[in-house]
Amino acid sequence: MEDLSLHILDIAENSINAGATLIDIVIREQKTQDMLTLEIRDNGTGMDDATVVSTRNPFYTTRTTRRIGLGLPLLEEATRAADGMLEIVSRTGAGTDIRATFRLSHIDRKPLGDMAATIVMLVAGNPDINFTYRHEHESETFTFSTKEIRLKYPGLDFNSPETLSFIRDYIREYTASFS
Amino acid sequence: MPKLKIEDLDKIAVQQQRKMNVREGAGRAKITVHMGTCGIAAGARTIMTAFLQEIETNNVTDVIVTTSACAGLCSREPMATVELVGQAPVKYVDLTDEKARKIFKEHIVAGKFVQAYALSIGSERIQ
Repeated sequence: MEDLSLHILDIAENSINAGATLIDIVIREQKTQDMLTLEIRDNGTGMDDATVVSTRNPFYTTRTTRRIGLGLPLLEEATRAADGMLEIVSRTGAGTDIRATFRLSHIDRKPLGDMAATIVMLVAGNPDINFTYRHEHESETFTFSTKEIRLKYPGLDFNSPETLSFIRDYIREYTASFS
Repeated sequence: MPKLKIEDLDKIAVQQQRKMNVREGAGRAKITVHMGTCGIAAGARTIMTAFLQEIETNNVTDVIVTTSACAGLCSREPMATVELVGQAPVKYVDLTDEKARKIFKEHIVAGKFVQAYALSIGSERIQ
């Protein structure tokens, strides 16, 4: 994975496969603590303790089409390269919370990448799922929520080119000044 | 230029309402981009962005783009499956931005599949 936005896309795909209807993505940049945190929370099926442990093993996957699963091991590798760590909190029936931390200024910390493209992919591929993207950058906070949009515009077609390009431009505009 | 606001969706919502009737039973074609870890690492997001851009610039309203997980052929990612109504799905492999745009023009718009990039015709079977 070239950048963190691709890792986020990948981890969110796990949430979708776990039957989540609500996926929260939080990015927190804390300059004073020199820390970058990514958090992906979902309300999917969750995992028991034994499964949580095995997700860190690249030779574990729930898929039947192949025998290895690299999503979380790759993210863990990326955190370790930048003095960070990966936390996985999950309970059967209670969703999953993935938290990845990085030292913000670490030379090996992957760049954040194109979050607007990641959110557009997620919404386009899964127009019925509610996504929230919150980005805390120093004192500013940007929030984008398809749930709020859905409440305001019931019946809006999220999978239409107009809506998707609006979402892309909207996120780009507000996060342009972020890292 | 002033910044975009969520309220700018007003116009889009109204336009869609009008279009809805036209594209009833929508979906002449479906494009599925495989978005497993392997697909994403190989560039699936670029492929999906290319398809979405083509849809937008060509003003096509009856094509749906969606995603799926790993299809079990990680070494040939990025992959996409194109399915025209009433025809067998075609699986394309080793895609690039240019290949995706060519597939869009020749297969989806003109209806003739691009043999050079196709792996197979028909759906994979999972035991």
